[in-house]
Amino acid sequence: MNNEKYSMNAMVDPMTMATMVTPPHGRKIGELILDLQDISLAFGGVKALTNISFNVREHEIRAIIGPNGAGKSSMLNVINGVYHPQEGTITYRGQRRKDMNTYAAAKSGIARTFQNIALFKGMSVLDNIMTGRNLKMKSNFLMQALYWGPAQKEEIEHRQKVEEIIDFLEIQHIRKTPVGRLSYGLQKRVELGRALAAEPEILLLDEPMAGMNVEEKQDMSRFILDVNDQLGTTIVLIEHDMGVVMDISDRVVVLDYGKKIGDGTPAEVLANQEVINAYLGVAH
Amino acid sequence: MEHIDVNQAMPDYTTFPRLLLRNAQLHAQRPAFREKDLGIWQTWNWAQVCDEVRALACGLAAQGFQRGMHLAIIGDNRPRLYWAMAAAQCLGGIAVPLYQDSPAADMAYVLENAEIQFAVVEDQEQVDKLLEIKQHYAGISHIVFDDDRGMRHYHQDELTSYAVLQELGRAYDRVHPDFFIQQVNLGAADDTSVMLYTSGTTGKPKGVCQSHRSFIHAATGGTGFDQLSEREDILSYLPMAWVGDHLFSYAQAMAAGFTVNCPESGETVLTDLREVGPTYYFAPPRVFENMLTTVMIRMEDASAIKRKLFQHYMEIAREIGSDILDGKSVSLFKRLNYAIGNLLIYAPLKNVLGLSRVRVAYTAGAAIGPDLFRFYRSIGINLKQLYGSTETCAYVCLQPDGNIKFDSVGQAAPGVEIKLASNGEVLVKSTSMLSGYYKRPDATAEVMDADGYFHTGDAGMFDGDNHLKIIDRAADVGKLVNGDIFAPNYIENKLKFFPYIKEAVAFGNGRDTVCAFINIDLEAVGNWAERSGIAYSGYTDLAAKAETYQLIVSCVEKVNADLAGEALMENTQIHRFLILHKELDPDDDELTRTRKVRRSFVAQKYAVLIDALYSGKRSQYIETQVKFEDGRQGLISADLHIGDVKTYAAHQKAA
Repeated sequence: MNNEKYSMNAMVDPMTMATMVTPPHGRKIGELILDLQDISLAFGGVKALTNISFNVREHEIRAIIGPNGAGKSSMLNVINGVYHPQEGTITYRGQRRKDMNTYAAAKSGIARTFQNIALFKGMSVLDNIMTGRNLKMKSNFLMQALYWGPAQKEEIEHRQKVEEIIDFLEIQHIRKTPVGRLSYGLQKRVELGRALAAEPEILLLDEPMAGMNVEEKQDMSRFILDVNDQLGTTIVLIEHDMGVVMDISDRVVVLDYGKKIGDGTPAEVLANQEVINAYLGVAH
Repeated sequence: MEHIDVNQAMPDYTTFPRLLLRNAQLHAQRPAFREKDLGIWQTWNWAQVCDEVRALACGLAAQGFQRGMHLAIIGDNRPRLYWAMAAAQCLGGIAVPLYQDSPAADMAYVLENAEIQFAVVEDQEQVDKLLEIKQHYAGISHIVFDDDRGMRHYHQDELTSYAVLQELGRAYDRVHPDFFIQQVNLGAADDTSVMLYTSGTTGKPKGVCQSHRSFIHAATGGTGFDQLSEREDILSYLPMAWVGDHLFSYAQAMAAGFTVNCPESGETVLTDLREVGPTYYFAPPRVFENMLTTVMIRMEDASAIKRKLFQHYMEIAREIGSDILDGKSVSLFKRLNYAIGNLLIYAPLKNVLGLSRVRVAYTAGAAIGPDLFRFYRSIGINLKQLYGSTETCAYVCLQPDGNIKFDSVGQAAPGVEIKLASNGEVLVKSTSMLSGYYKRPDATAEVMDADGYFHTGDAGMFDGDNHLKIIDRAADVGKLVNGDIFAPNYIENKLKFFPYIKEAVAFGNGRDTVCAFINIDLEAVGNWAERSGIAYSGYTDLAAKAETYQLIVSCVEKVNADLAGEALMENTQIHRFLILHKELDPDDDELTRTRKVRRSFVAQKYAVLIDALYSGKRSQYIETQVKFEDGRQGLISADLHIGDVKTYAAHQKAA
């Protein structure tokens, strides 16, 4: 009897376990960090996003959900400067942001991962994550290539940071493995590692769990929570797995056909009739 | 650390804390521990280790750790956890390492049994388990954790981080500068130093109490036997709760003062093995087997020239490699040939495996296949076997250099007396023996007799040169009608060494001949079938093929030929066998969860098959109910072929 009770508990995934035995989370959700107002984006005649407003608070996990083609990825692309919306304003850290390119977005502390993995397949895990440090490097290309002068000291410092990320994500055993040889789940983890290497304030995750099995999803959920909790990073994520979204996010925004149809805590969103209709369909 | 006059303060090195202080003087600058952290190997020398242990011990004392208390230690092999063992012992406490991957339920039993109040654990995972256990067993009052990852929101009063505890200890040490040395001097050789829990395949786990004296005896015996010096490097990756790790990575490291290397994580062991290049290495047969399989698979993929070279020189190694290692006489021409092979094949191979620097390697824990054993010896790795148990500090038999027999576990280790009981059970007497099972005098009385011999529960026999051969668990050993010893495991292991045979069950107790059930290895036989152009649909179909039967016949005949050459075993050759129509499975209760055959259950379930084997039938129809993994039930039926196998007249091999 006793045995069973214990082993059941042992199988519960680590995050529920942690919340079970720890006092309520010490993580504090702070002020508004990112505010989007009336964003509209159109490609010629196709309206990808129509009048969407939502905001992200510091240290929170914000999910964007919606059926295929709802405009979720477009939304992320607007945030990190790939697309420039025709209408609307973006306020980041209290400053109204003019159209900015991806480089400036990255420089300002926004990092992301991609729906389709975009790593350098032939390079090792270590080198891939190292590329995430690019923006933080001060020495020029020539000095880096020659491993000369201040570049040497700098590389050692960056390597230390990368090793901390490797340790954080528990991928020591594949440190030197070319990324192309890794499983999908591990590649996703490496991509998260590269985004973390930039030490972002906001991390945009585009379907971090797509194509993963249950165990990999559990691992990834735990890492996302850990990043949020221990590094204090604000996270905006797109995800299709409702179980995961409802478990880990603080607030959820729901898009459908480029329009916002719901916004609130997971419980509120789940109870929203429009959201139910969008997901389950309506009888006509 | 202030100067300690070792000879004055501690006239003898009869406890581990005294050995630690000796090492801090004698080998002060030599590396004691290494750990790979953030991709870089960190090193602590003996002087630093002594400092760390001192700080920790004082910290524990400051928190109320008393002499005679038990200190639970839970986690992967980490230097800080080994130091925690030493710290407990410095204070006259007893280290109780636990298996880090046991579920909370199993841990709860041990913690309660050992009345644990203090625990030093690796990380959040273990902290969670202990906090969960605390809801049922309130005795746990202090938990010290090493890795603070994920611990930010834990504010329980029980928790202290390792670093904070050491700070506490350093402060305490400043106020009570004599405390530490006093505590060390209070320790006596016959104090219990460590309590290791037996795995408990039968009933609840039992705490085996070992004194400083017994482990130091085993350690110095072993280091003397293999001439281990402070210059050895060992990779510690097997569970700290296991007696083997305690002997090699703790007791022997303390006794000889050599370096313990802790891998970065469980998954990086093979990489770390290559980087460290240990000189002294221990692994269970399974690890050696996996290494060999990896090598063989990679060779299959190599180019034709490389493959030919490999095969050619491995043939030479098979012929003379072990003889060269044993220092026997080998012709100059052959030696030259071997040297070329070493240059081209063996040395690079050892390098890839991380075994280039190995002087002494041991294996134990399960039967090792002779081919596997020969392979490693033939390429010049001094792989040896040993025999022992938790109760005997893993120190009973060792194979001496130059006198290795593949099928024995060696001769009695220095200072160990061995005799055989009338039923063949191995009885052991030495200094390195348990002082008793914790709080279980009844169990202690069962294994210790009035003359001071420990009953191992293993059946064995001596050959002409006093080499001990372990044949089976004593409880499983039976007798044939003519009175000859019948050791089913021994025969089954011989069968299972063939890659085609996955599982075997031998019968013969109270019968006049031996018969067997066989499970084929679906992967190996499937591969063979593919290569031979035999089509099959699944396990049952493949097992029923006449060709498969012939394949297994050839294996069984080889086993028979082997048995015919062994004293006392010639009558236990296998006369008839059948290939089972389904794989024995823990879900059907035929195997235990650790994949050991449940003999009596199988015999009962398949009684009709046993009857068929012994009644001389040529085939037998059987229907068996099976449980699938999703809980559904199904029926497998088959007509099983039974044939006779050639047996051989006894021919005693020259020893």
